[in-house]
Amino acid sequence: MSQQSSTSLRTPLGRVRGLGAAKSGTDHFWKSRVTAVANVPLTIAFVVIMLMLSKRDYAGAVKLVGQPLVAILLLLFIGSATYHMRLGMQVIIEDYVHSEGKKIALLMLNTFFAIAVALASAYAILKIGFAG
Amino acid sequence: MAEFNLPKNSRLVEGKTWPKPAGANNLREFRIYRWDPDGESNPRVDTYFVDLDDCGPMILDAIIWIKNRIDPTLTFRRSCREGICGSCAMNIDGTNTLACTKGMDEISGAVRIYPLPHMPVVKDLVPDLTRFYAQHASIEPWLKTETPAPEKEWRQSPSDREHLDGLYECILCACCSTSCPSYWWNGDRYLGPAALLQAYRWLIDSRDEATGDRLDNLEDPFRLYRCHTIMNCSNACPKGLNPAKAIAEIKKMMVARQV
Repeated sequence: MSQQSSTSLRTPLGRVRGLGAAKSGTDHFWKSRVTAVANVPLTIAFVVIMLMLSKRDYAGAVKLVGQPLVAILLLLFIGSATYHMRLGMQVIIEDYVHSEGKKIALLMLNTFFAIAVALASAYAILKIGFAG
Repeated sequence: MAEFNLPKNSRLVEGKTWPKPAGANNLREFRIYRWDPDGESNPRVDTYFVDLDDCGPMILDAIIWIKNRIDPTLTFRRSCREGICGSCAMNIDGTNTLACTKGMDEISGAVRIYPLPHMPVVKDLVPDLTRFYAQHASIEPWLKTETPAPEKEWRQSPSDREHLDGLYECILCACCSTSCPSYWWNGDRYLGPAALLQAYRWLIDSRDEATGDRLDNLEDPFRLYRCHTIMNCSNACPKGLNPAKAIAEIKKMMVARQV
C-alpha cells in the first residue's frame, strides 16, 4: 500500500492488512529451490562441455553439440538456468522498484528477456543437432 | 526505487560538544544522535563525556547519567533496565541492541548511539513503532480454538511445550526487524522478523486450532517471502533468539502442505 499518503487516516492495522494475503508465493519459493538444485549438476555439465568445445575446431565443435546426450544436457541447462534467472530477477525487482508502473513494466520485460534467451539458445542447439 | 540516501532535511550534521564534567579523570566519550521535532534543523550528533567513576557499567546507565547530569533534553525510552521490557532498543556501536544489557566495556573507542534504523523518529532516540506493533497485531497473537474450552485449561505435553522455547522469550524490542534490509525497503508489506517469529510461535503451538488459517494469512510474496535469509535479525537479537530460523520453519510448513 505504498501509494497511500502518510497523512491517510487509515488505521495502522488497516494499512498492514492492506489488500490481504495474495495466497501465493510458496510456488515461486519452491520452483526457485528446484531449479537451484537442478542447476548444480547442469552447470557442472555445461562447464565441462564448454571446456571440451574450447579444444576443438568448428567442425569438431558442431559434431560434439550435435551428439544427443550433449544437446539434451545443454537444453536442460538452458531451461533450468533461464527459469531460475527469471525467478531471481523478479525478486530483485520487487525488492527495489517501488513505483507501480515501472515495476509492472520491468516484471514483464524480465519474463520476455528470459523467454527470448531460452528460445534463442534452444534454437541454436536444436539447429546444430538436427541440421548439423 | 528504494531510497539509499536520506532526504536533505534528514542528513546528519555535527552537533554540540558538551563540556567535560569538572574534576573527572575517568572519562568516556559518547556520540549521540539528536533530533528535535519542534524546529526546522537537521538531526545532529552531540558529543558528551561521562564520568565512569560516577556511573554504572551499562550503556543505559551512561545515557541516564547524561540526562541527569549534563543534558535533560536527551530523549529515550527505558523502563525495566534488565532486558525484559524492550523499551531501550537502539543502535549502539552499529548494532541494534538493548542499552540496558550492553556493557560499555564491550565497545572500544567513542560510543556511537542512534535510534533504531529506518523508522520514523519521534525525537532523539525514540522511533515511531506504530506500524511494527500493527504488524504484530496482524498475525493475531492469541490462542484460537473451535473446540469448546475445557473445564480447567488447554493441556499441552512437555515435549509440545518445548517447541515454544526460543520463541516465547521475544520481548518485541524491534531490534531484529529494524536491522533487516528487506524490512527497510519493503516494511509496508513485509511483516518483518519479529512479527514472523511471533507468527511461528502460534503456528507451532500444539493447542492452537487455526494453523491453516494462520498459514493462509502469511501465504504472500511480500508478507513472508521478502525474507532472503540475510540473518541480520538473528545477529541483532539481544535475547539470543533466531527469527531467521523461525521464518525458515514457516516456509517449510508452507511447502509441507503443498508437496
